[in-house]
Amino acid sequence: MSYQARFRIWRGDADSGGMADFEVEVNEGEVVLDIIHRLQATQASDLAVRWNCKAGKCGSCSAEVNGMPRLMCMTRMNTFTEQETIIVTPLRGFPVIRDLVTDVSFNYAKAREIPSFAPPKDVPAGEYRMQQTDVERSQEFRKCIECYLCQNTCHVVRDHEENKKAFAGPRYLMRIAELDMHPLDARDRKRDAQTSHGLGFCNITKCCTEVCPEHIKITDNALIPMKERVVDRVYDPLVWLGSKIRRRA
Amino acid sequence: MTTTTTQRHSYDVLVIGAGGAGLRAAIEAREQGMRTAVISKSLFGKAHTVMAEGGAAAAMGNVNSKDSWQVHFRDTMRGGKFLNNPRMAELHAKEAPDRVWELETYGALFDRTPDGKISQRNFGGHEYPRLAHVGDRTGLEMIRTLQQKIVSLQQDDERESGDPEKFLRVFHETTITDLLLDGGSVSGAFGYFRDTGEFVLFEAPAVVLATGGIGKSFKVTSNSWEYTGDGHALALRAGGTLINMEFVQFHPTGMVWPPSVKGILVTESVRGDGGVLRNSENRRFMFDYVPEVFKAQYADTEAEGDRWYTDPENNKRPPELLPRDEVARAINSEVKEGRGSPHGGVFLDVSSRLPADVIIKKLPSMHHQFKELADVDITAEPMEVGPTCHYVMGGVEVDADTTAARVPGLFAAGEVAGGMHGSNRLGGNSLSDLLVFGRRAGLGAADYVRSLGGRRPAVAEADLAAAERTALAPFGEPEGEPENPYALHAELQQTMNDLVGIIRREAEVREALATLDRYDARARRVRATGGRAFNPGWHLALDLRNMLLVSRCVAMAALERTESRGGHTREDHPGMDPYWRGINIVLAVQDGQVTQHRQPVPAMRPDLLALFDRTELGRYVTTAELAALNGEESR
Repeated sequence: MSYQARFRIWRGDADSGGMADFEVEVNEGEVVLDIIHRLQATQASDLAVRWNCKAGKCGSCSAEVNGMPRLMCMTRMNTFTEQETIIVTPLRGFPVIRDLVTDVSFNYAKAREIPSFAPPKDVPAGEYRMQQTDVERSQEFRKCIECYLCQNTCHVVRDHEENKKAFAGPRYLMRIAELDMHPLDARDRKRDAQTSHGLGFCNITKCCTEVCPEHIKITDNALIPMKERVVDRVYDPLVWLGSKIRRRA
Repeated sequence: MTTTTTQRHSYDVLVIGAGGAGLRAAIEAREQGMRTAVISKSLFGKAHTVMAEGGAAAAMGNVNSKDSWQVHFRDTMRGGKFLNNPRMAELHAKEAPDRVWELETYGALFDRTPDGKISQRNFGGHEYPRLAHVGDRTGLEMIRTLQQKIVSLQQDDERESGDPEKFLRVFHETTITDLLLDGGSVSGAFGYFRDTGEFVLFEAPAVVLATGGIGKSFKVTSNSWEYTGDGHALALRAGGTLINMEFVQFHPTGMVWPPSVKGILVTESVRGDGGVLRNSENRRFMFDYVPEVFKAQYADTEAEGDRWYTDPENNKRPPELLPRDEVARAINSEVKEGRGSPHGGVFLDVSSRLPADVIIKKLPSMHHQFKELADVDITAEPMEVGPTCHYVMGGVEVDADTTAARVPGLFAAGEVAGGMHGSNRLGGNSLSDLLVFGRRAGLGAADYVRSLGGRRPAVAEADLAAAERTALAPFGEPEGEPENPYALHAELQQTMNDLVGIIRREAEVREALATLDRYDARARRVRATGGRAFNPGWHLALDLRNMLLVSRCVAMAALERTESRGGHTREDHPGMDPYWRGINIVLAVQDGQVTQHRQPVPAMRPDLLALFDRTELGRYVTTAELAALNGEESR
């Protein structure tokens, strides 16, 4: 059942690095993260990798496996042939710290830029009433495990460092959509999404959806509806006129 | 004396751990006006709380209006076989609903009842549907909600002061290796940043431990790498005490196949929503394992158990929903007696009980997990499951109301605290425990800091230098053959699994203790290769120290308690002994040696005692205790 696999793993830090070759045992049912752990235990005790739950629930072990952004704990070895060399590299969208570990602070900075949930005034705790069908839209987005694969993949920033300042990325644009669709959120988020967080950068190529390990339909269910809401609010002439009149009154 | 600790920070309250308890404690401390820091071993938002699946138990009565805190309290005490700290169980049952509702004001989105309230599901040991949930990813919802609340508080601070981290800062990928004391009181904590390996000192008069559990000392576990008993060990080394360490919860249903996923959790919701356990003879064997103390609450026949799902008023619940310790032992027996599944577990079947679309809706992450990791479609075939080390009931001995440990300035909440769950925790009582006691820890720490006036315990440079030496030891020259930390860790896990696991025997526990002596000697020679920047081998070498200390506590207490109760089963002492019902085993470290002594379990107040009928109490307490109770009543 077991065989010797060939792995090429990027090793190094912010200053320098390169690919390192390994031959390592693989057993039935294993995933890429198991192999990385075996390398740590037997050949490279300081091989840096993030991981936690090993069950696709925490979103820590993101890396690029044969060039595809993946969770290593959910990438099964039997999806490869025994002959092929498996290449594991750190996420390309973020600066390397060491080996497979990248600096993902960009995401935490963006998270802090998104205005938080605004609880409804006059509804005390314990009195929130919402229908299941209404919470389900936002619940889909709250399945997000913050693995940042979408943030790493999105072509708006993947090779365009200059766009990072003005673009929150799919994960946080989805967060805005999640709050906007929250049945009791008391804040209007439509204008901000466009003007402050760069929703307009997204040209719906759906790369984010493709790499999402939680199979969240980021583009179809979050970003496109959000764009439609923004259009209704920002560009509809009647709404525009209404807002001017109301403001004067 | 020269030290190389370049970063020094000063806070009012330092919270070690960024799971549910830690984040809730930090929110409270900040709202109390304390400058607060949170330490997280992983990235912010990745803590083990994320793995909780089933839900948070709170007697809101949304699904069955008969539920109340009294019923929840009773279930919790029964689940813990009356060894719980009754005041903790009381506070927990009373405050859990408010803590869950509060999460909605932070933005949480729980599943709903038809009238728009928070939905509640059935779980083992809970008399009524009680668990607030989001499908089977409740822990993720909880951690994200608390994380987002912290971000929200930081946004407030930024608006007001221009600095988002003025009152609340998260130091992630940071590990604390030692607590520092000034005349016996907490003065701070020492640790390292994982990414650079640089040392850091936090000066703080109050430290809240919220570090979770110890599961990484066992081979088959649902716990992540972080669960190395750090808080347990930090408390011991600082002069604190641990209780109930012999009680380790083996969750009955972990995955058993393929080997690489062995131990990963299969939520109890599968059974709460209708899943049944069968052996290789297709028998629902749990009917053969209903213990005497639970006979009154559990069905005798499959037909009655099945009727309960739709008519709980007139039927008793199926025995698949017995507390976890009972179910785990039953599975263990079935496998041992040759009626297991092909890969050494039993069958958990929901496919023949619910339509495929309902399964996918109610158990989405289980469906996903089995499909992706085991090629099993749970809507069409049964799962293979077996016990996995999941939770430690034991932990830091604390005051129920303030969560204060025996060391001034030290507080503990969540899994790292002991007493709340007695000898066995009910599913769903952990997420609520985190919220209730996380908040109380934040409050307790804030009150303590205020009580100091302006006084601040000081950090001694000599202690700092000693902490640095300890942390750097794995890079030094060993006396003798260097040890590989990964190899020693694997051996420790195997030892604890084999000798201090789900079923214990005196000779084996003694063997484990002797083995731990040898591991301690080897641990001094554990060496890290490479540099200090993000070096997992070095990190493990340091974590091993905590795992070895905590493993010793588990083994010592397991040897001492000559009875079987909850998460402690002694094959040579089967059955509960009323004498031991009243005893906590207390562990401490004196002059580098672990000591233990017996101490009475805190007594239950008469109004709480009155919630149980005397026949039931009679099954747990000694005849003398019962006579005393009856005597008081007749007076």
